[in-house]
Amino acid sequence: MVGQRPRDSVTTPHNDESAQSDESARIYIVGLTKRFLTPKGETFTAIRDVTFTVEPGSFSAIVGPTGCGKSTTLAQVSGLERPSAGSVSVGRRIVDGITSGVSYMFQADSLFPWKTVLNNVMIGPILLGTPKREATALALDWLRRVGLSGFEDRYPHQLSGGMRKRVAMAAALINNPRILLMDEPFGALDVQTKAIMQTELLQLWEQLRPTVLFITHDLDEAVALADQVVIMTSSPGTVKDIFEVDLPRPRGDVQEIRHEARFLEIQGRIWESLRDEVTRAYQQTSGAAA
Amino acid sequence: MTTMTSTRTPQPTLADNRETDLQLAGRRALKRRTTAVWIGRIGVAVIVIGGWQWFTSAGWVDKFFYGQPSGILDSLVRLFTQGTAFGTIWENLWITVQEAFLGFVLGTLAGVVFGILLGSNRYLASVFGPYIKIVNSIPRIVLGSIFIVAFGLGVVPKVLLAAVLVFFVVFFNAFQGVREVDPNLVANVRVLGASPSQVARHVTIPSAMTWIIASLHTAFGFAIIGALVAEVLGAQHGIGLIISQSQGNFDPNTVFACMVIVAVVTLVAEYLITLLEKALLKWRPPSRSEAQAI
Repeated sequence: MVGQRPRDSVTTPHNDESAQSDESARIYIVGLTKRFLTPKGETFTAIRDVTFTVEPGSFSAIVGPTGCGKSTTLAQVSGLERPSAGSVSVGRRIVDGITSGVSYMFQADSLFPWKTVLNNVMIGPILLGTPKREATALALDWLRRVGLSGFEDRYPHQLSGGMRKRVAMAAALINNPRILLMDEPFGALDVQTKAIMQTELLQLWEQLRPTVLFITHDLDEAVALADQVVIMTSSPGTVKDIFEVDLPRPRGDVQEIRHEARFLEIQGRIWESLRDEVTRAYQQTSGAAA
Repeated sequence: MTTMTSTRTPQPTLADNRETDLQLAGRRALKRRTTAVWIGRIGVAVIVIGGWQWFTSAGWVDKFFYGQPSGILDSLVRLFTQGTAFGTIWENLWITVQEAFLGFVLGTLAGVVFGILLGSNRYLASVFGPYIKIVNSIPRIVLGSIFIVAFGLGVVPKVLLAAVLVFFVVFFNAFQGVREVDPNLVANVRVLGASPSQVARHVTIPSAMTWIIASLHTAFGFAIIGALVAEVLGAQHGIGLIISQSQGNFDPNTVFACMVIVAVVTLVAEYLITLLEKALLKWRPPSRSEAQAI
């Protein structure tokens, strides 16, 4: 089923027989608005009245033009920032500080350059107060799961971009988060590595089924990975459309799914909606530059 | 046909030979370059020191004012064999090194603590910012006079002056280092539930460490300068005292000899700091530390 739905309708993921229907992992965003004070003392509205729901154990992607407030939305969900109006609830609790059970993955690798691969992955359990021995065992297991056994003692600069992403994925998933927030995590990778990482992310996600909120510029990436694609308007960002992606799971190799007729059909429809926004955002920025 | 196969088989070995030839040629070129650099270095030393010796012995430059390399050597020998009016050279050197080292440690600790504190607190940084700029712009070396008046001719004023000079170098680097911390890293550990002290331990301090350690190279030089200047201003022991005495006796050779001794001490300290840097920053990509070595 592809199509537009009313924005605030609560949807059920189509394939949640295996999914955890854990209420505590539902993200419920209502009327979310965030204003910033610019250095000149003016207020700038980054997002306005954003409303959508992410079902527990589902994978949602937010797509929108540059500067439309996608990252701002994520920051409100994580509790790193407080909304100016509206609210974010995780489970039944309104977010008013750092939410427990959340992991974040950024575009730039947020690895500690001064820690070894093992210590980078271990940081999650260590911060939760897990004894070092257990944390080490857990981290070694996760390094094995992302295929990096034998690289424990390397430093991040000694790894390739794709390997660093794997370390970041292991570090994000080691605490078995309810919610995984991803801010263009594969944006800086080359096309081939990106496809490999996407496939690996899907495999890991199938095993753990955290609720994922995934920001991207790349519509193909959004459709290939997500159950739900949220289109945001250009600044101030708000939700324009929500599309459901009913490609069957497990989706397997992301490279191959791109050529399926169903994929192209869904992608085409979403692009219809996104195109106007991208054009408008481009005109805004080029107008401002002129 | 036969000629074709026979020409084809030796080809790989030819390529292999070419490969090894290339490598040998590369190694030879490297060796030539290293030799050329060393010849250049020795040449510079010979021209400068030899020219100095030649000009002073020929009488074109007055050795009474500008010293003479052979005279400096004599002074060095005298300093180490006969000692000075204030005890052996080792005693005096030990006191100066001690003052510089204590000042270095004190100034570094204070600089790191204040730098990290002000770097991570925007309010404190705004309040203290202008004052730090003012204090940084006054000639701090003059504080030496005040310290000597206040604390006498002992070790304390030297340590303080060295510490004050070191403080600002380290402080500004620590401050900048904290400001340059990757906000993504901070956000990442905060989402994972880190407390402010855990953020400091896992992110802020290790991240600022690069900057702090880079400042230590310059800082030790400043510590030595602080200790020496304070000794020149007034002391009972130390290399600075020997320098000021030699100045009074119109003995430039001994002043130069003291400079040589201090330079050796500073080079040793520099070497130790580089070792510390390598140990603490072993996670860094090698290209950066190499660039720093130059």
